[in-house]
Amino acid sequence: MRTAMANRLTPYLFMAPAAIIMALALMYPLGYMIWGSFREWNPSQTIGEAEFVGLKNYIFLWNDPNFHESLGVTLKFAFFVVTIEMVIGVGLALLLDRDIRGMSFLRTMFILPMMIAPVVVGLMWRYMYHPTVGTFNRTLDGLGIPTVDWLGQYALMSVIIADIWQWTPFIFILALAALQSLPRSALEAARIDGATPWQQIIHIKLPLMMPVLIVTALLRLIDAFKVLEVILVMTEGGPGLSTEILALRISRTATEFRELGVAAAMSNYLLILLLLLTVGMFAFNRWQEARAAKLHAQVEEEA
Amino acid sequence: MAAPTAKQNSAFFAVIAVLVFMSVGPVLLMFVNSFKLDVDIISGSTGLIFLPTIQNYETALCDVLWYEPEHLDFCALKFGGAFINSLIIALISTVLTLIIGCMAAYALVRFRFMGRDTVSLSTLMVRMVPPAVLLVPVFGLWNNEFCLDRDGLVGGAIREAFGGRGDVCLAGTHSGIILIYVAMNLPFVIWILQSFIVQVPRSLEEAARVDGAGPFQVFFKVVLPLIKPGLAAAAIFTFRIAWNEYLLASALSDRDTKTVPILIVNNMSEFNVEWGVIMATGMLLAIPPIIFTLLASRQIITGMTAGAVKG
Repeated sequence: MRTAMANRLTPYLFMAPAAIIMALALMYPLGYMIWGSFREWNPSQTIGEAEFVGLKNYIFLWNDPNFHESLGVTLKFAFFVVTIEMVIGVGLALLLDRDIRGMSFLRTMFILPMMIAPVVVGLMWRYMYHPTVGTFNRTLDGLGIPTVDWLGQYALMSVIIADIWQWTPFIFILALAALQSLPRSALEAARIDGATPWQQIIHIKLPLMMPVLIVTALLRLIDAFKVLEVILVMTEGGPGLSTEILALRISRTATEFRELGVAAAMSNYLLILLLLLTVGMFAFNRWQEARAAKLHAQVEEEA
Repeated sequence: MAAPTAKQNSAFFAVIAVLVFMSVGPVLLMFVNSFKLDVDIISGSTGLIFLPTIQNYETALCDVLWYEPEHLDFCALKFGGAFINSLIIALISTVLTLIIGCMAAYALVRFRFMGRDTVSLSTLMVRMVPPAVLLVPVFGLWNNEFCLDRDGLVGGAIREAFGGRGDVCLAGTHSGIILIYVAMNLPFVIWILQSFIVQVPRSLEEAARVDGAGPFQVFFKVVLPLIKPGLAAAAIFTFRIAWNEYLLASALSDRDTKTVPILIVNNMSEFNVEWGVIMATGMLLAIPPIIFTLLASRQIITGMTAGAVKG
């Protein structure tokens, strides 16, 4: 009798700590933020003392040119980062997909940039981009080429390059894993039928890899909206607002301008944007998976 | 496929060499520079010809060294203390996340709480939330709501023991930072561990149960040892986030609980950057993740691919 009772309670006991912590430190804060976004709220007040102002913060942001600028920078950053990284990462995976020694070494070395703290990544790149002592300008100078104002005029590009350095390996590793789990029979059949390497890539490898690639792109896209430390250390959002992505603007609004309500409203806009992107990609993924399954079956049948 | 010719192979090795150089180069550069004096870094006697010195590391670690470095009159950087804070926070939050996450993943798989789809969807949803979004509510809650009244029993005892004034709040304590890290990492850890627990054969557990083991014994003695690779992957990922995170830690920490990333950012934003010292601190922050990478690259790759490929 007692054991039966214990058995029935077990799953709840196992779930309880995780459920409590997530409710307390994730769900409650998110609700709290939504609640706070309707208030004129500064850090010295508790939320109860803050005045309720309805949609004022949202309307203010909707018409705020600085917010628009920041949003534009974020979207540009995310778009370029994901596109370029996907192209390079998948390209490298297709190029290097063979059993040669040195591959596992390459993979190990490739993970390194991802494991290192974003703060440190920012630090390294800030040094390399430095106008006078930095590696790049020194090299250019040594070659007699005019130096580039990396973190000034081309700040956004420089930030994007640093992110590409850090995260392309992620896509490479996932794409390689996907490639190596493709059905050998299909590739074999295509080769026997005389498909050129290009045809194999375009008609067989890429379509079969598609579901994994979409998930990969989605994960990268989500993470691209989270980037903050690298940019904070490299440019602090400047010059002007040219690299001030939304995450950075939220943290500045909260800590420098001391407008928690506006920061909360901005966080909500960012969340809604991410939610739309995620749901969109998820739906697209479902559709692609169904298609890939059909393709898979077809290829298998022919082989 | 025709056996790749020697020429082709050497071309591939060349490509690989270039790629390795590109990804490791910046790290090596930082490593080398952390042993240079600022004069050498700025004058740029381009290269490897310089007198290596550990002076930068001495400056960075001056508060935990047992001797006083000669070149310093005053120990300004309290890097040693921050290092210890980072270590405490990262280790405790990793252990907690693993234990709690493991139990939840087990319950989800064995007792069919929710479908796998629900779990992966909610993981994705939580993963979607940028730390910057949590900044405002966490700052508010940890400072104002998650507090013990100073007149209450526990709060009063803490105030008596540690001094200070006002109510006892989570903000500014190690536990405050640990709590948010555990919450942030849990969904991912549950997701990864799930995919490992599914592979543990049920019959093993049933055999143990027939032998009279209770559910907790089955879990700790049978299941846990079998999912060690998954635990390793999850541990590395959690540790990495807790060790590297800057934003939330900077909002929640006070003078005594600063972590290393906060110190680095604070020293970077000053106009005149001391490159040598800052690179030494950066290097110290980077060393644990580098060690993990070299020791456990296979587990890391497993963790990374389990995320997307098994979905």
